[in-house]
Amino acid sequence: MAILPTRVDRTADVFRENREGMLAKLAELDQQIALACAGGGAKYLKRHHDRGKLLPRERIELLLDQDAPFLELSPLAATGTDYVVGASVVTGIGVVSDVECVLIAHDPTVRGGATNPYGLKKALRAMDIARENRLPLINLVESGGADLPRQSEIFVPGGATFRNLTQLSALGIPTIALVFGNATAGGAYLPGLCDYTVLVKGQAKVFLGGPPLVKMATGEIADDEELGGAEMHARVSGVADHLALDERDCLRIGREIVARLHWRKRGPGPSARADEPLHDVEDLLGLASLDLRQPIDAREVIARLVDGSRFDEFKPLYGANLVTGWASIHGFPVGILANNVGILFSEEAEKATQFIQLANQSDVPLVFLQNTTGYMVGKAYEQRGIIKDGSKMINAVSNSGVPHLTLVMGSSYGAGNYGMCGRAYDPRFLFTWPNSKTAVMGPQQLAGVLSIVARQAAEAAGQTVDEDKDAALRKIVEDQIERESLAPFNSARLYDDGIIDPRDSRTVLGIALSACHSAEVRGTRGFGVFRM
Amino acid sequence: MSARVSTPISQKPIRKLLVANRGEIARRVMRTCRAMGISTVAVFSDPDRGEPFASEADEAVALGGATPAESYLRADAIVAAARATGADAIHPGYGFLSEDARFARACEEAGITFVGPPADAIAAMGSKLEAKRVALRCDVPQLATRELRDASAAALDAAVRDLGLPLLVKASAGGGGRGMRIVRAREDLAEALAAARREAAGAFGDDTVFLEPYVEAPRHVEIQIFADAHGNVVHLFERECSIQRRYQKIVEESPSTALDDGLRARMGEAAVRLAREIGYRGAGTVEFLLAPDGRFFFLEVNTRLQVEHPVTECVTGLDLVRLQIEVAEGRALPAAALVPRQGGHAIEVRLYAEVTSEEGLRPATGTVHRLSFDEQPGLRVDAGVAEGSVVGVHYDPMLAKVIAHAPTRAEAARALARALRRMRLHGIGNNRDLLVGILEHEEFLAGATDTHFLDRHPPASLAARARDDAAQRLLAVAAALAGQAERRAATRVLRTIPSGFRNVSSAPMRVELASDDRTYAVAYRLGRSGLEAEVDGERLSDVVLHEASPAAVVLQVGAVVRRFAIERRGEQLYVDSVDARAALRELPRHPSGEIELAPGALVAPMPGIVLRVAVAVGDTVAAKDELLVLEAMKMEHRITAPVAGTVATVHVGAGDSVAAGTLLIVLSAENGSGESDV
Repeated sequence: MAILPTRVDRTADVFRENREGMLAKLAELDQQIALACAGGGAKYLKRHHDRGKLLPRERIELLLDQDAPFLELSPLAATGTDYVVGASVVTGIGVVSDVECVLIAHDPTVRGGATNPYGLKKALRAMDIARENRLPLINLVESGGADLPRQSEIFVPGGATFRNLTQLSALGIPTIALVFGNATAGGAYLPGLCDYTVLVKGQAKVFLGGPPLVKMATGEIADDEELGGAEMHARVSGVADHLALDERDCLRIGREIVARLHWRKRGPGPSARADEPLHDVEDLLGLASLDLRQPIDAREVIARLVDGSRFDEFKPLYGANLVTGWASIHGFPVGILANNVGILFSEEAEKATQFIQLANQSDVPLVFLQNTTGYMVGKAYEQRGIIKDGSKMINAVSNSGVPHLTLVMGSSYGAGNYGMCGRAYDPRFLFTWPNSKTAVMGPQQLAGVLSIVARQAAEAAGQTVDEDKDAALRKIVEDQIERESLAPFNSARLYDDGIIDPRDSRTVLGIALSACHSAEVRGTRGFGVFRM
Repeated sequence: MSARVSTPISQKPIRKLLVANRGEIARRVMRTCRAMGISTVAVFSDPDRGEPFASEADEAVALGGATPAESYLRADAIVAAARATGADAIHPGYGFLSEDARFARACEEAGITFVGPPADAIAAMGSKLEAKRVALRCDVPQLATRELRDASAAALDAAVRDLGLPLLVKASAGGGGRGMRIVRAREDLAEALAAARREAAGAFGDDTVFLEPYVEAPRHVEIQIFADAHGNVVHLFERECSIQRRYQKIVEESPSTALDDGLRARMGEAAVRLAREIGYRGAGTVEFLLAPDGRFFFLEVNTRLQVEHPVTECVTGLDLVRLQIEVAEGRALPAAALVPRQGGHAIEVRLYAEVTSEEGLRPATGTVHRLSFDEQPGLRVDAGVAEGSVVGVHYDPMLAKVIAHAPTRAEAARALARALRRMRLHGIGNNRDLLVGILEHEEFLAGATDTHFLDRHPPASLAARARDDAAQRLLAVAAALAGQAERRAATRVLRTIPSGFRNVSSAPMRVELASDDRTYAVAYRLGRSGLEAEVDGERLSDVVLHEASPAAVVLQVGAVVRRFAIERRGEQLYVDSVDARAALRELPRHPSGEIELAPGALVAPMPGIVLRVAVAVGDTVAAKDELLVLEAMKMEHRITAPVAGTVATVHVGAGDSVAAGTLLIVLSAENGSGESDV
């Protein structure tokens, strides 16, 4: 096995600038994260605590195995929107009673845990992760249902929540509802549709219609407890399988339920030595370019992600802009495709296609390290058949059956985003670095293209081009695209599963790979027709 | 004063020796036997079956029983054991039968050599009054005493007039402080006498008591004597045992800081005179009360080997058990004993299974999981227990004697304190902190010891001196980190992922650890920047984690590297560092989940109609008595009493329709523990 060397120059200006810039971006992200953790703000946090209730992350901590990792997903959902950072729901992958589970916890300090459009997307994404990776799903419920003024964005797509729960169950993926407070109206189906339910005495309220609604509908006078109290559901309706004395008791029962699942992962699990990389992961801060016109040395990155920095390269002399090869991360074998120089030519596309097929033959998950500006354009390349070759690569990525993990290290532009397994290609997980940008093309190019088109239109109409106006327009477009390319913008919209600290990349990929191994790890044996 | 030995001197080599004792002294005696080529026999009670002394002996004989009366005090059974194994000698150790003249006589009659003084000498010294008469005869100073058979007011007045106040009331047959009372005021005398009598009768079967003047701030200094059958009587210098708790010695040393050569010689000569007077043979100890002005008063003679004999062995280089055996064999004392030399300073402490708390000392029981000491020159450990030993309630709670011998007293004290601090003792509460607190106390180090030392310095405060709060907090952090490592090592998934990894870090890991007397709330984070830790909300600054495994944690505090050894036994985590240690238990993160229904509250198991209520408030019911009948789905369901008790409240009446879970009746259980959910 080959061991990747390092030639990193920590004293180089570009390294130091990258590092400082990255640390500044991480500090900004930390501020956003702090907002997410602060939920509905100090006043509501205090009120919640004063009621003897726990915050969503406190519930999660007590549900998880002590000292086990927890990978929070989409923590910056809704950043920069009208909603609170994190979209008033916490999701993630954590270990409960030695079983990796997907957790979805409402944050009742934000509008009573009501679901907003971003929170809905985030929860649905977590359910997809549970389904694709065959991870038991635990809902930590305390939600008043849909945020009614925004119901138009929630009601119709939100129905998938309940459908997903029953389908997970049908797939043999356990679903558990731990109900700490309101689960009313639509929310009542959360416990209703889970395999196991635990309701906290004196806190959980599960009903389709509360006292005012019931009075309006039928004239019946009934109180909360009669309609949906935990005791009633435990003793009378049977909606509750377990009556918990308090929140901690509820979490204890949840842990016991998981322990009694006797869960067995279906993947082969780690099989290689999981030793640390030889080179310092701290260097990733200096390696990740802030100015995306500067390349990122893929091998230097790989050397800091994989076990023992061991990497056996495939076709190193062919299609050199894309590095492909075999390694392991936390003991899980992987095939890695990494953009070394951003442009994909026919050679790179063909190399990727073959490599993806090989990984499928041997049931090895693939990791895509993106830093791409797309497929090469130009006369020579079009004539050489770049469309055919790019299509092959997209075909291979689309129909590959092994788990895909995507990490965006830098640019994710154009069809390169697709070929390198962008969001629409359903990688099991997609994470981005804070310096990354995702868009159809770079801001300057996009503005330039628009400008050229406008000039052509003007010329065709026989008008003269107003250079000042053109420059101003270019600037506006450039700024907008720049903003919309940035990682937080995309992360807010659930176009990734989270922005991560580059130094956490190996850990995050390790957790993700282990999650993938909860399901069977099996490549496809047939692909679509390759255009030759 | 002419103490001529009357028995003929015949050499009778011992081939096999039975030790009529247990614990450390049995092991101590057998150690010398092995060195001398003598076979050993142990006798043991039922609880002692697996103890080291029983398994280390060449042969062991079961006595049965658990209490001393059922086992180690059964003279006939012990003589029979010697006969059964062919032992030709019995060493009684200390306590139990060691000062029972009848036992010594029974041995002689059975033709078994009793390794101890002649029965007559035991008998003579066994009575305090007789001992005092002997002391008077041979001009050994003693406190004026008065036996009080007449407890009339006049007699008490006379006693106070003659002896003065304060007075000490003592049991004639007593020892170990039992039956003793200090009286500082005349009006307390009658009651003290009565109490002392009662206690003496209970403890010794003899309620004879006497009075003597009470010396303030005295020291307890005793002289080790040795005599052979050839007319040699020597003393092997003094031991000071002033530090006592309820008349129980816990720190003993030799030489005493209170003696100069002249006083030493005078006390030694007095002890030798006494030994000659009673025709003594073997090892004995003459105990004196030493007043601050240098006057000394005879207390009593212990006609046996003392618990604290090792300090004498250390300073003289003699093996007292060997001397005992040689004398018993009829041999003369060797030259080294006849002209003994006192070299260096030795201090012994008694390590007890006793926990020091604000409320006082309380005995601890349990299993010794570990008892080990660092290698240290000059350190001697005479332990009765070994790993796996069970310390119960039947016998003296002494676990071990730890002795340090060094050129100077200061050095001996320092070495002993260090050995105790480093000792790893797991599984049982003990008095280590108290001992360290004494050994490091400036008053002790200045030699200012008297029998009231522990009255001036309460054990709890001494023990607290030995414990450093910051060090204890660090132990809690080490325990938490070891627990963390243990959990990470045991996990089935994501084992190689960094411990406690969070991409969104909202809170540290939290662990609550409980020691005997308090809990520590430890919070820690193991992030990219290393360890961040808090104890009880207080941040530990400048702490770096070097290593954390289930068995070892290495922390750097400032520039100082501290190593912690952690051992788990069930729920207990034993944490040892150089000078601090703790037994901690991780508290569960979640409640146990036991349903806390009102005791005796009976609820309807299903919805239905109450057909009849068979009881009324105040009725007494037996378990299984019918309380109420519920009709549901055309079936009758009898609600019966889960336990015997009284009907406290009735919440429903006949004809009532009830929902499932409706409270029907509350019973108060007879024993107050009735808890049920029908």
